[in-house]
Amino acid sequence: MRPIKLVPDQTSIAFLSYRWWALALSIVLLTASIALVAVRGLNWGIDFVGGQSIRVTFDQPVDMGALRGRLERMDVGDVVLQQMSDPKVVSIRIPLEGEATNPIGKCMGTGGASGGPADQSNKIASKVRGELTKAYPGVDIGAVNSVSGKVGCELFSTGSIALTLAMLGISLFIWFRFEWQFGVGALVTLFHDVVLTFGFFALTRLTFDLNVIAAILTIIGYSLNDTIVIYDRIRENLRKYRKMEIQPLLDLSVNETLSRTVTTSLSLVITLGILLLVGPDTIFGFTASMLLGIVIGTFSSFYISAPVLIWLNVTPDSFVQPESGRPGAERVRETFPDQR
Amino acid sequence: MLDFPRWKIWLVTLAILSGIVAALPSMLPEATRNQLPGWLKDTHINLGLDLSGGSHLLLEADTADVRKQQIDRMEETIRTEMRRATPRIDISDISTANGELSFMPRNATQLDQAVELARQQTNGIGIAGARDWTVSVRDSTRIIMRPTEEGVKFEIDSALETARNVVAKRIDPEGTKEVTVVRQGADRILVQVPGLQDPEGLKRLLGKTAKLEFKLVDGSASPDDVAAGRAPAGSQVLPMLEGGKIAVKRRVMVSGDELTDARQAFDPQSGNAVVSIRFNSQGGRKFGRVTSENVGKPFAIILDNVVISAPNINEPILGGSAQVSGNFTVDSANELAISLRSGKLPVALKVIEESSVSAELGKDSIEKGILAGVLATLALVAYMILTYFRFGVYTTLALLLNGVLVLGLMGLFNATLTLPGIAGFVLTIGAAVDANVLINERIREEIRRGRQTLQAVEFGYKEASTAIFDANITNVISAIILFWFGSGPIKGFAVVLALGIATSVFTGVTFTRLLVSQYLQRNRPKTLVL
Repeated sequence: MRPIKLVPDQTSIAFLSYRWWALALSIVLLTASIALVAVRGLNWGIDFVGGQSIRVTFDQPVDMGALRGRLERMDVGDVVLQQMSDPKVVSIRIPLEGEATNPIGKCMGTGGASGGPADQSNKIASKVRGELTKAYPGVDIGAVNSVSGKVGCELFSTGSIALTLAMLGISLFIWFRFEWQFGVGALVTLFHDVVLTFGFFALTRLTFDLNVIAAILTIIGYSLNDTIVIYDRIRENLRKYRKMEIQPLLDLSVNETLSRTVTTSLSLVITLGILLLVGPDTIFGFTASMLLGIVIGTFSSFYISAPVLIWLNVTPDSFVQPESGRPGAERVRETFPDQR
Repeated sequence: MLDFPRWKIWLVTLAILSGIVAALPSMLPEATRNQLPGWLKDTHINLGLDLSGGSHLLLEADTADVRKQQIDRMEETIRTEMRRATPRIDISDISTANGELSFMPRNATQLDQAVELARQQTNGIGIAGARDWTVSVRDSTRIIMRPTEEGVKFEIDSALETARNVVAKRIDPEGTKEVTVVRQGADRILVQVPGLQDPEGLKRLLGKTAKLEFKLVDGSASPDDVAAGRAPAGSQVLPMLEGGKIAVKRRVMVSGDELTDARQAFDPQSGNAVVSIRFNSQGGRKFGRVTSENVGKPFAIILDNVVISAPNINEPILGGSAQVSGNFTVDSANELAISLRSGKLPVALKVIEESSVSAELGKDSIEKGILAGVLATLALVAYMILTYFRFGVYTTLALLLNGVLVLGLMGLFNATLTLPGIAGFVLTIGAAVDANVLINERIREEIRRGRQTLQAVEFGYKEASTAIFDANITNVISAIILFWFGSGPIKGFAVVLALGIATSVFTGVTFTRLLVSQYLQRNRPKTLVL
């Protein structure tokens, strides 16, 4: 029995010769994503825009699983159920009907007070009321209260500042460790991946809640990891093969790390795929976006991070270090490794 | 590189063992955990509201108080503005009764000027052109200002929005407890805290408005008047914490709005618990100026309209910091410090409902999630072992150890695990897998280039580490920035990410290298199956 090798030992696929096609694809996808987010908007979850809370008192302790299933089948959006210390009492949170207002617009619009949760749209509430009275005779349905989102406007302002600073910080570090072109490349790649993920949520209308924010941060982290692994190899090869043209050098670097890219991506795809198929519905959007993020992240590290270096004119001279002695010093070290 | 000195082996073992010990309490059922010794009992992870439920408090704002404050504030504004006007407008007979503010200019010819000035103090609301106050004239002498319905609504709304932020900051100052603080209806705030927290402590924290003021004591008031509740003009009579009453000037020297920090501390002389506060530069200047001008006189430290102490100003206090003393225990000083740091509540809150709540996610969802997690881990392990054989086993051990260490560290920090936290965890597992894949692929590559076993392994680790290092440092940078500037769930994610990266580098690089080096030294294999 031999270990699995999905990628042959030596590959020489000319990835970079398709870079213009890939760029065209990226531009189409980016434009589509931005248009989708602008026109259709995101399906903001109850965490952001709030909803309504109904206090229900049953005549006996209720089976939460059955109740949850019944409400989920009603197709009124994501319902949050919580049982109180009195097991007969259940608090039900349901989203507002139809197009919820865009919380970002609301935060930036009026300023000052956020207008509070509006007491409107009792349609869903009465639908739920009807269903519950039918299924549980003797149920007492209390007043319907509007509830605000879990996060205030603060999350948008601090969150976007944090994200911007994080992206800048990362680029600065990469500039410091590599070259400025690499920093720009990483920044462009991150932007690309985040925009496409938002586009995915606008397209599928999956609920955009706090868990998705975490998923997006995860995607950023993963995409960054992928980019750096390839950049690391490019840096190494730029030092090793001083005379090589930039495009074959990038191809070589991508090919050399291909086996790693496939193995790592595949192991994450397997993990997330199982979570998607077997896991609960509540984390569907979360897992789906991460799965998509892996695909986008891998694509962008090949076709955004690497070609950016060609477009920004990276040459082996970018890594000439005055103190490193004669040219090709690294190569000599490679051939006669010191043995300790 | 593959040489491991004995002390290093011991250090790695020690780190692993302490990680396991720290992780243990989180894995035990609560009843068993409570029998552990104190320090170990407190080292555990809290599960978030989505996974395990917690305590629930419904708070109601005193909206009458908001209305009253709105009128009181307008009274202050009118007094100041009329005094500052040129020519100065003297007003008399000012009253805040019946939900309106009424006053009359002493000089009847200034009525129009006063009305105009009063109008300038009102603001427009929304886009419909409504204003927050109406200004009218009664009996052609008296100016009446009355808040409009919209004005009151706006005032209550902004008070509740501020209150919500203050509540969130008070019960979760570090922003890592994953609390839910949402507004319900027009005047209520719903608070849910994961785990079985002490509800009394929560209520104590939220029961205080924490309005802190420093005012000069009015020494000119006669004790009889003070006892009867009568104060000279420009002063007011306030109750004292230890009983009795005292007259203080109405004018506020410095208030809690002007502080930047508050901490529990001990008074160096008496050893009593105090709250040490630091003013911002403006507050510090004001405090310095007033204390310089009033050396030898007493001033009052007022918390929620009760004078908690009235020390003498022995010397000008110029450093911009001060100490609040007043019969505190360490706990109550600490609670006050937290309350002061979070700012004062714009309105008093009353607990109208107290309960425990179940998890937001259903039991079946959580069970399905656990099943999926176990299956996914098994599949990942199978894939790693089939791809890298012996090295895949090492990778698996590293991944399992990584999980344990993250649990342990989160337990030490008493962190709260929620669904977003688990996402951070997935990313660190991804990073840990990737570190090992990078190393193993590099070893394969070096073998292909014709290196000997030992050298191939050595180079594999060495060359792969630059990529692993750079990738993880970038993630640490983003984790730090997200923690520093982010709020709520972003913070929780950042904590797990930072911890996970530290442990994944340790397990993925150091720990597996130890295993590999032991294997190479014991078995001295000629070739590696990889």
